[in-house]
Amino acid sequence: MTRKQRRSAMIFTGLGVLAVAVGLVLWALSGNIMFFYSPTDLVEKQVKPGQRFRLGGLVEEGSLVRGQSTKITFKVTDNAKTVDVSFEGVLPDLFREGQGVVAEGKLNTRGVFVADSVLAKHDENYLPPEVASSLKKKGVWSDKDTKAAKGTGS
Amino acid sequence: MIVEIGHFALILAAIVAMVQFAVPLWGSYKSDPILMHVAIPAAQTHLMLLAISFFSLMWAFVTSDFSVMNVFANSHSAKPLFFKISGVWANHEGSMLLWVLILALYGVMVASFGRNLPPSLKTHVLSVQALISVAFLLFIIFTSNPFERIPNPPMDGKGLNPILQDFALSIHPPFLYLGYVGFSIAFSFAVAALIEGRVDAAWARWVRPWTLVAWICLTIGIMLGSWWAYYELGWGGWWFWDPVENASFMPWLAGTALLHSALVVEKRGALKLWTILLSILTFSLSLMGAFLVRSGVLSSVHAFAVDPERGIFILGILTFFTGGALSLFAWRAPDLKQGGIFAPISREGALVFNNLILVIACGTVLIGTLWPLVTEAFGLKISVGAPYFELTFAPLMLPLLLAIPFGPLLAWKRGDLRGAAHRLYAAAGIALLVVVITYSVTSGESMIAPLVIGIGVYIVAGAASEILWRAKAFRADWSEVRRRLFNMPRASYGSMLGHMGIGLFVIGSVATSVWNTEKIVAMSPGDTQTIAGYDVRFDGVKNIQGPNFIEKVGSFNVMKNGEQITTLHPGKRAYMVQKMPTTETGIYNAWDGDLYLAVGDELQKGAYTVRFYFNPFIRLIWLGCLIMALGGLVSLTDRRLRIGAPKRAKKTRSAVAAE
Repeated sequence: MTRKQRRSAMIFTGLGVLAVAVGLVLWALSGNIMFFYSPTDLVEKQVKPGQRFRLGGLVEEGSLVRGQSTKITFKVTDNAKTVDVSFEGVLPDLFREGQGVVAEGKLNTRGVFVADSVLAKHDENYLPPEVASSLKKKGVWSDKDTKAAKGTGS
Repeated sequence: MIVEIGHFALILAAIVAMVQFAVPLWGSYKSDPILMHVAIPAAQTHLMLLAISFFSLMWAFVTSDFSVMNVFANSHSAKPLFFKISGVWANHEGSMLLWVLILALYGVMVASFGRNLPPSLKTHVLSVQALISVAFLLFIIFTSNPFERIPNPPMDGKGLNPILQDFALSIHPPFLYLGYVGFSIAFSFAVAALIEGRVDAAWARWVRPWTLVAWICLTIGIMLGSWWAYYELGWGGWWFWDPVENASFMPWLAGTALLHSALVVEKRGALKLWTILLSILTFSLSLMGAFLVRSGVLSSVHAFAVDPERGIFILGILTFFTGGALSLFAWRAPDLKQGGIFAPISREGALVFNNLILVIACGTVLIGTLWPLVTEAFGLKISVGAPYFELTFAPLMLPLLLAIPFGPLLAWKRGDLRGAAHRLYAAAGIALLVVVITYSVTSGESMIAPLVIGIGVYIVAGAASEILWRAKAFRADWSEVRRRLFNMPRASYGSMLGHMGIGLFVIGSVATSVWNTEKIVAMSPGDTQTIAGYDVRFDGVKNIQGPNFIEKVGSFNVMKNGEQITTLHPGKRAYMVQKMPTTETGIYNAWDGDLYLAVGDELQKGAYTVRFYFNPFIRLIWLGCLIMALGGLVSLTDRRLRIGAPKRAKKTRSAVAAE
């Protein structure tokens, strides 16, 4: 093989792999991205049942209900609209009412979001809200920090 | 007082770093050896100042000085001493201080190990290192000062996030930073080479060990993070393709490529430009990781407290160094002479293939990680999850995995593919046997999984057969084989171990993702559940008092075929200070996998949600990573890296003209 042929052999291999990679990326991106909706988006965009997406918001205070077995229901709110969520499994440690949450799953025909995974953000500066507000009274904690500490999962 | 000393030392370190950047560079421009030599004492002073600064902060943590904002926000007097110490770097400000400390440490290592490094190259490297230091020190001083005081000190601190109070996670950041920051050396060497307009074997011989050190540390750091996520978070998973994980994985992929291409520059003098470009890209990806993690532009389940101002600052650093280095590359690259012709089928060719795949695979991870940012610009909030990465990354890696055993068997310059294949018959035979056995044992549940496991076995066996072939095993008599095994360069064993680690990793990750079993049930005391042949009986929960937590510990009796095996104690801790629960998993390691239990919330009286997993061969994932790191370590002790680097090539005329 001449030098030129060698070079073109290598360039073609490179372009070949690149083409395969681009193809894979386009194919995977077309089918595997997941939309992220807030409860308000859900109403506005009229998401159809059966479509998988991520739902983000706050867990409404007082909405968590544990059923007989491992079934759990709660409500996710963005302080404008609220969505019922049902989940079967173990909730993450940081899950609590009034805190940010991201749930992955789909709507059923009755408009209940059936989650198959629930994530709560674990932040290095997690701060229980009551502590944050008491600190704010003392004047050692600014609003900016509280926002970061709350970590609403989006 | 000590805190003020630390703060002062930090500012002084920034000034010394500016001196370390400017004076030697001026000296090399003026060809003044005394000014050039300033780089060495400056690097040492710089390290000393940062060490003072770092240990002052540690002192504040250990003595629980809550008048320091950082200590107040991240520590508590009731915290065990070990976690008070690790608390120093378990927050944004402190971790940045650790980052610059490590940067300075690497600088001093170059200064002291590089005694026979050509003076001008050494000067330029230390100068570039100092510039990186200046950027990060300014970042710390202006946006993330760890020594900030609180006017009215509170009585006690808020404590460290309990899930970070863990041994593996305490040593995870230092290893990760040793990795990220270690790639800065390769970057500085690349920029220095561009300034000088010269790349030769000596250059590559210097870059390779530093890249290797960084790569080893990054491998261990990522492994620790993955292991921690597995046993601490209670999800039973080990990798989630989360943006923060990807941020550490991309420099690892690029660093692995760099490790291999530096070999070609060293041995054959080819791929010089590419290696320089890769050095720049690898460190840029490390910087980008810092940006992604600390700016909060991507939503991730684990991230530092975010602050847009910091994000913009790091983005500025990233743009300056990447943009600057790439511009320098574009300007000086044509001056660098390429050398070393080789046939596509050769050791060089194999290493090019390795680089091609690793870099493109890294690119797909990059696209997947940043895609949400692109769509957000168009008003669409999306997330790119694990399926994307599994569909793009895995198929791309497949040809590379198949090619791994061929690489070391091909000769430099022109290789014999058929000969290499011939030497891999045994490895392929063993692999085929394993495929058949796996397929029949799992009763044909999956067709692809046994094949991929077969590839893993083939990589492990292929790596071994390469060493055996070199030692003339089965061809010469035993004393000759022993002599050859003994005299073989350690780098050969290093690459064997590195490749074996990949093989084990492949086996573990495929086995556990395809054949893991999961069960989530409500259990009352006395209930028995069966999973993967284990009968697990729940014997109730009792409360235990820890140093800064109360733990509800479950008791689970594990039986197999009527025989008592062990008792597992998964629990749920409630940390008093943060009023925050964490999951403590109960794991039993059998030879063929992990029985993994996590206790969830209490349902009714005495009943709990319990999560069961059986993860077959999951330990091979981390064992594989450890063996890879061990391979790196063995390679690092190779004779040629310890003794006499070759003399530099004579300065080329064009380089002189260009200076």
